[in-house]
Amino acid sequence: MMQAGESASTTAGQIAAQPAADLAIATRGLRKVFDGKVAVRSLTLEVPRGEIFGFLGPNGAGKSTSLKMLLGLVRPTRGQATVLACPAGDVRTRRKIGFLPEHFRFYDWLTSAELLRLHGRLYGMSRDRLRRKIPELLDLVGLAEHAGKRLRDFSKGMLQRIGLAQALLNDPELIFLDEPTSGLDPAGRRLVRDIIKAQRQRGATVLLNSHLLSEVEITCDRVAFIKHGEVIETRDLKSLLEGQTTVRVHAANLTPEMAAGVERWASSVALQDHQLTLSVPSREVLPQVLRYLVSRGAEIYEFTPQRLSLEERFLEIVGSDGGL
Amino acid sequence: MGIWIMAGVTFREAARKKILWMALAAGLAFLALFGTGLHYQMKDLAARGMKPILLKQIPGAMLMVGLYAIDLLTVVMTVLVSVDTLSGEIASGTIQAVATKPLPRWQIVLGKWMGFAAMMTAYLGLLVGGINAITYGMARVTAHNVPQGFALMWLEGVLLLSVTFFFGTKYSTLTNGVLALGLVGLAFLGGWIEQIGAATNTTSAVNVGIVASILMPSEALWRRAANAMQSPLAGMLNISPFSSASLPSFTMVAYAGVYAALALFFAVRRFSRRDL
Repeated sequence: MMQAGESASTTAGQIAAQPAADLAIATRGLRKVFDGKVAVRSLTLEVPRGEIFGFLGPNGAGKSTSLKMLLGLVRPTRGQATVLACPAGDVRTRRKIGFLPEHFRFYDWLTSAELLRLHGRLYGMSRDRLRRKIPELLDLVGLAEHAGKRLRDFSKGMLQRIGLAQALLNDPELIFLDEPTSGLDPAGRRLVRDIIKAQRQRGATVLLNSHLLSEVEITCDRVAFIKHGEVIETRDLKSLLEGQTTVRVHAANLTPEMAAGVERWASSVALQDHQLTLSVPSREVLPQVLRYLVSRGAEIYEFTPQRLSLEERFLEIVGSDGGL
Repeated sequence: MGIWIMAGVTFREAARKKILWMALAAGLAFLALFGTGLHYQMKDLAARGMKPILLKQIPGAMLMVGLYAIDLLTVVMTVLVSVDTLSGEIASGTIQAVATKPLPRWQIVLGKWMGFAAMMTAYLGLLVGGINAITYGMARVTAHNVPQGFALMWLEGVLLLSVTFFFGTKYSTLTNGVLALGLVGLAFLGGWIEQIGAATNTTSAVNVGIVASILMPSEALWRRAANAMQSPLAGMLNISPFSSASLPSFTMVAYAGVYAALALFFAVRRFSRRDL
């Protein structure tokens, strides 16, 4: 029987029959049961190298446990997982992996520079390389001025930033980010987005676990919707957000004739005072609609295509009960 | 390599958190107290014109009491300092960032263990060395066989360290502490029951003590250490509380060594297999 994740992948037309070496992550029927309680039912997933992949699902859907299984922190009860073409948790493969845990905690008696040095040494990095890399990373995450400050004096956002820096120390091929923007202010979130983009350009694969759908929407190439520890669907984000678009027009001089006129491109047309809403099957017809309205004398103040947000799609797929 | 990094971190953590310095200060205070007590004792005995042979026995007895206190202090300090290292880091998630680095999990456990073992060795060395130096300086008396006594006390520290690590891979910090110190208390009581039983020829009481030693052989190690360190005269005359009417056998020492090794082995194994 085909797994949910498998069929969705195939329909998305992205990663069917990828050779194993081209996959950063491949899992088949991964399952985890804690004391009789199923945390992850059956996770089947393929993430090609170089992709920014989002893990979406309600709280308790098994996202973090799935990540931990891929990292070798948690032993699967059943199923298989390969990470960078090696069994998940393989010690040598960890040299190529970066990980930011959900609640990044580390020895708070260390300074941020010491923390990075210690992690670098655990990665087996040379002192010379670390001497170059540490100031570079502290600068990248905006903590250059706090190199000598102890982590116990850090705010939650600062801890998140230093955690991110340690996840990038070894120029990893695969980076796991578990809720990287939690605790960050808007500037911090922007920073995370920029870092993820830079990693994409470097050719790294990023697995992003986030409940902030807008973050995922901006950064990810593909997403997997997870519910009850199972991949309900994996979708290309572009295709997910394409298609039916609702447009809101705010204009003076709108008439019922105009509303009837736009029906040749649009459906669900509704006119109320100075506002016209309509739904088009594709964004390509929008310039024609706009040109038509202007030519008929409408004075347009606002013409806003309302894309179906990931959130709506998320609720549609996962269900408004949040999968509980 | 990972082992040394983890051992170094453990040591640095103790230093940074001032645990090391506090333990050192407490140790020095202990020695100062002992030295002061011995000083007045010697002064008083000399003033009374005590016979030289007895003049040696009294500081010798004080030395044994001091060594017993050191033994208990070392065991309790070892448990307290290391009790949170695995369970605490597992509970807080701190371990996750380390356990996903390219080092096998056994290196995390052994590295930490080595860091604590090094601290315990230094602490014990300072106190045993210090107390002997003081009694020698004031009364020209030292423990009879210091290296053997030290080795046995060291093994006791290692035993408790390994047991604490073993419990730390499964239980919470508090439960771990209760279990480890509970076993020490059991061994302590069992040891004295055995001693008294032997002195009064009560076989059942001796057996109770042996069973306690099998459950936790820490007190048995101390009694072997005391036997090695006290003056042969005091041992023969049965005038000291450490005369060891029922001296634990060498097999018990070997058993304690195997016990410590197995505790550490199973700590490593359980930590390597458990979910973090």
